[in-house]
Amino acid sequence: MNTPEELQYTKKHEWLKIEGDSATVGITDFAQQELGDVVYVELPEVGQTLNEGESFGSVESVKAVSEIYMPLSGTVTEVNEVLSDSPEEMNNSPYGEGWMIRIKIADSSQISNLMTSKEYITYVEKEAG
Amino acid sequence: MTSRKTPLNAEHKLRGGRMVEFAGWELPVQYGSAVAEHHAVRESVGVFDVSHMGQLELIGPDALALAQKVTCNDVERLSDGQAQYSAFLTAEGTFVDDIVLYRINSERIFICVNAATTEKDYQWVCSHQEGSVQVENRSDSFAQLAIQGPRAEEVLQRLTDTDLGSIKFYWFTFGKVDGVETLISRTGYTGEKGFEIYLPPAAAESVWQKLFDAGEEFGIMPAGLAARNTLRLEMCYPLYGNDIDETHTPLEAGLSWIVKFTKDFVGKDALLQQKGHVEKKLAAFEMVDPGIVRDGFGAYSEGVPIAKVTSGGFSPSLRRSVGLLYVPSDMANPGYSFEIEIRGSKRRARIVKRPFYRKKDPEE
Repeated sequence: MNTPEELQYTKKHEWLKIEGDSATVGITDFAQQELGDVVYVELPEVGQTLNEGESFGSVESVKAVSEIYMPLSGTVTEVNEVLSDSPEEMNNSPYGEGWMIRIKIADSSQISNLMTSKEYITYVEKEAG
Repeated sequence: MTSRKTPLNAEHKLRGGRMVEFAGWELPVQYGSAVAEHHAVRESVGVFDVSHMGQLELIGPDALALAQKVTCNDVERLSDGQAQYSAFLTAEGTFVDDIVLYRINSERIFICVNAATTEKDYQWVCSHQEGSVQVENRSDSFAQLAIQGPRAEEVLQRLTDTDLGSIKFYWFTFGKVDGVETLISRTGYTGEKGFEIYLPPAAAESVWQKLFDAGEEFGIMPAGLAARNTLRLEMCYPLYGNDIDETHTPLEAGLSWIVKFTKDFVGKDALLQQKGHVEKKLAAFEMVDPGIVRDGFGAYSEGVPIAKVTSGGFSPSLRRSVGLLYVPSDMANPGYSFEIEIRGSKRRARIVKRPFYRKKDPEE
């Protein structure tokens, strides 16, 4: 399981790369492995404002669909158009080409709820039993 | 209830199989990528453990007569050594199960049935038993492997002296594989060339391992339930419990070719009545709008609910979502446009010709 140290993580298996008041969001390597082949990704409209915990899109694998939730409240500033033609990038490169959205963070105090890579690894190991 | 395990359970786990419960059995849904497994079968070769499937045998002087009575296809038309896709039907003409029947000879008929329905099928066949014939549930006596794909013959040939090239589509023979007596049939559930072998459970592990050694140069892959489902869906092969069951008849399911009115069988009268008045038909559709359709999603025509999707999913070969559903017969025409509701939003879909996937070099 790959969990880059420079990123932050959520219990719903998303990662964030925070730069100033903006963040890039995707799903973790663990999440993409659990999902299996991603075959379709639904993303929000640019400009949409969503609260922490609200669904911003969905990821469909061969077997199932998973809702993806906003890790922080904010406004969508960019979506990864590559995923509409190449959803498999979420499997191939979950922290790179497979990113999902960029947001402008509405409330930076929510950042303290996120996990470091070490905390996330511990969380996954505990959750996996 | 704990799931039953096939003789290859440990092998699946060794190869990274993600195990799930299916029809009371613990089976691999995929090993790594289900899409890669799908393409391996379409382009080269894959191996499925289908040991969960059940097997019944009719033995005795009246075996043929009983097979004629309990199945809707015509067993008389078969030569010894020939197999046939067929079904057990209720008196109402609906599916008890869909089956592959093997005519070993007129006094010995071997039948492959679905895992979830094996016990029901056995009881059902027994309830129609008459004359000098024994009905046996042989499911515990066989492991079953499906070796499927354009390279399947080359790979399996390395394990057997039986000339596989001489076995025609839907024919079978008895022969040794890896030194063990097996039934080898040129059948499958993928639309590719390939074989299914029925073998003693104790021999399964060795044969399985040798198949992977023999197929290494072709990139042979173990394939799980997910690939099995996408492969059969692309071919529009119905899945019992989804597309066919005790509420649907072969005439509705587009399987009138397995119904032979020239002979007597359980369910015939009901089908004769339905013939010419089939109100709904199993149709194939593809999504026009983006989105993945799943089993059970609702279909609408001009806002009015018309059906539920019986099988829906992603087609790796077509790279789009496809499915099957029963629609009123007047809608079951290629080009007919309707909508599927995907998590609250209605998306356009259209009926297309069956099957979804056509090979340049088809098995039949």
